[in-house]
Amino acid sequence: MTDLISGGTASPRVYKDYSRPLWQRVLLTREGAVYAALILVIIGATLSVRNFGSPITMTYLLLDVTPILLIALPMTLVIITGEIDLSVASVVGLSSVVLGTLHQAGLPIEAAGFVALVVGAIAGAFNGFLITVVGLPSLAVTIGTLALYRGLAVGLLGTTAVTDFTKFWTDLAKSKIGGTGVPTVMILFAILLVVFAIVLHFTPFGRGIFAIGLSSEAARFSGVHVERTKFILFVLTGTVSALAGIYYTLRFGSARGDNATGLELSVIAAVLLGGVSIFGGRGALHGVIAGVLLIGVLGSALRLANVTSDVINIITGVLLVASVVSTSVLNWVRTKRTRPGDPKSALTPAKS
Amino acid sequence: MLFQKKTGRAGAFAALAVTVALVATGCAASDDGGDGGSGGDSGNLAITFLPKNLGNAYFDTSDKGGEKAIDEFGGTYAEVGPAEASPDAQVSYINTLTQQGVGGIAVSANDPKAICDALNEARDAGVKVVTFDSDTNPECRDIFINQATSEGIAKIQVDLIAEQIGDEGEIAILSATANATNQNAWIDLMKADLEANHPNITLVDTVYGDDDDQTSFDKTAALLQTHPNLKGIVSPTTVGIAAAARYLQTSEFKGKVALTGLGTPNQMRDYVEDGTVTAFALWNPADLGYLAAYAAKALIEGDITGKEGDKFTAGDLGDYEVGADGVVLLGDPYTFNADNIGDFDF
Repeated sequence: MTDLISGGTASPRVYKDYSRPLWQRVLLTREGAVYAALILVIIGATLSVRNFGSPITMTYLLLDVTPILLIALPMTLVIITGEIDLSVASVVGLSSVVLGTLHQAGLPIEAAGFVALVVGAIAGAFNGFLITVVGLPSLAVTIGTLALYRGLAVGLLGTTAVTDFTKFWTDLAKSKIGGTGVPTVMILFAILLVVFAIVLHFTPFGRGIFAIGLSSEAARFSGVHVERTKFILFVLTGTVSALAGIYYTLRFGSARGDNATGLELSVIAAVLLGGVSIFGGRGALHGVIAGVLLIGVLGSALRLANVTSDVINIITGVLLVASVVSTSVLNWVRTKRTRPGDPKSALTPAKS
Repeated sequence: MLFQKKTGRAGAFAALAVTVALVATGCAASDDGGDGGSGGDSGNLAITFLPKNLGNAYFDTSDKGGEKAIDEFGGTYAEVGPAEASPDAQVSYINTLTQQGVGGIAVSANDPKAICDALNEARDAGVKVVTFDSDTNPECRDIFINQATSEGIAKIQVDLIAEQIGDEGEIAILSATANATNQNAWIDLMKADLEANHPNITLVDTVYGDDDDQTSFDKTAALLQTHPNLKGIVSPTTVGIAAAARYLQTSEFKGKVALTGLGTPNQMRDYVEDGTVTAFALWNPADLGYLAAYAAKALIEGDITGKEGDKFTAGDLGDYEVGADGVVLLGDPYTFNADNIGDFDF
């Protein structure tokens, strides 16, 4: 069944998967490997980079990484269905510009923020329309809207930056919870994380997402509304990207058309690093969180050690390639473990 | 059982290798980020220069001046900066510098307000903040090193262009980024000067080259297309004037459209020698960086606090006094033309 589909798909669950003890099933997974890497990098950085171990580092790290964390949530769902959304960073820029221009024109910041969210939802809906109703491939559509929305953002504001925002909101964006170093915006992220986790792992809608990723034809015949699900997911990425754009603007205090250029690559790199298969059908949100934090911690530690941003990009790129390649390597290793004539080889080899 | 078979061991090694590679990258940053104690103590002479963007000849010169000063008094010099002159990029660098606990930051601001919160957080952590070349709001920094009075800088450019076009006609301004504090201050003063003293000169347009060479080049071309009667261009940014001169040199407008502004002698030498540009103004950016470094040192060591009347010594440049609003003036702008441009090397 699974070898009809080229590339990797989730392995069929068989009894031997449940024959291992619980601790093995929980820890020896792709997500477990990412968490292990994260812990090792944190320990290594605390020991070797000066000033890394202070609470202010965690604050700045979380503040920097929040847009990626926020967007990674709906992006995980989109990638699990086998689609992709490259226009998220442009929606961040567009919502940032909308927030800035409306606030500058006199609208109170709450109303401007709401309009920015609506603009993000419309942008996502446009993506969803082209992908589900017209039937175009998501890669092509979102590359086009990446350019379209970015052009709109820069066109609205030029290269001027709107920097005059209500102090209450810019302070709130950077504030911390009580005496801990954790930023207040983490509460917002935690709420969204819980919502997305419940939707993905505990609702029929979420099972439908996995089913679409494994085989959209089979999902359609099983009663999953494929088009409606995908449309909803793209509206979600648009809205959450707009939310991330509002946060980004308030945190830096500057609304510019080219805000967050290139952010989509960081989001997708983090999602793939977190164990989500690019071919769809497999993934979990806790792995994605670890992936985002891993990239964030590496970047923060290297910046503190005065490594230039080019080297940081190289390392992030190598990590991403390694994470995708390691999946194939481990699969190859696992097929080698199954000798011909082995009763286990009667099962289709586990892929991905 | 998992590690008994040869291929099982290979699988374990593969996973181990991946993890080791990740840890190795994490430990690759094992050299110290810089010496000096935590921010706030008077011995921490680690001063970092944060210009508007890297790769700008003007800031290369000013930061070298700062480096020379820092070597003289035995501090630690570092230069960081974004590739593009945008305010939010500077915020990230300021945050990193706060975490690193440097003694002082010398920054040329891309926006008067956007980097304020980050700078104030740095100051709360004990880092001294000196702005040079382009200021922020006064409450976010300790001292501002102004290269010359803004009025003086605006006036000298207006005088130069008026002289070159015969005090009447259309002119345009090619600026840097739309938010830069110093650019906007000079442009406003130029407009006021033009209105008051040069009624026959009309300022028809202000365009922004973003301190990017190609963009400034393209904007100059667009200006000359849109305003066929343009007689002069004023560019108060070294990147802009160099790009505009490059365009004019190979176009039909050479010699017909006057170009002046703020430029460095090395970049403008060719254009002055072949007549594309008659005269332009500047100050010595190396002196600016030098003075900024000494001001940071005086703040770190507690000699001054940045209030009006404080005095400090800046090495070879002599004694300086802090004026109103925490502003220290370097000197007066200087006019370069064909007669004296051979004497300078920056």
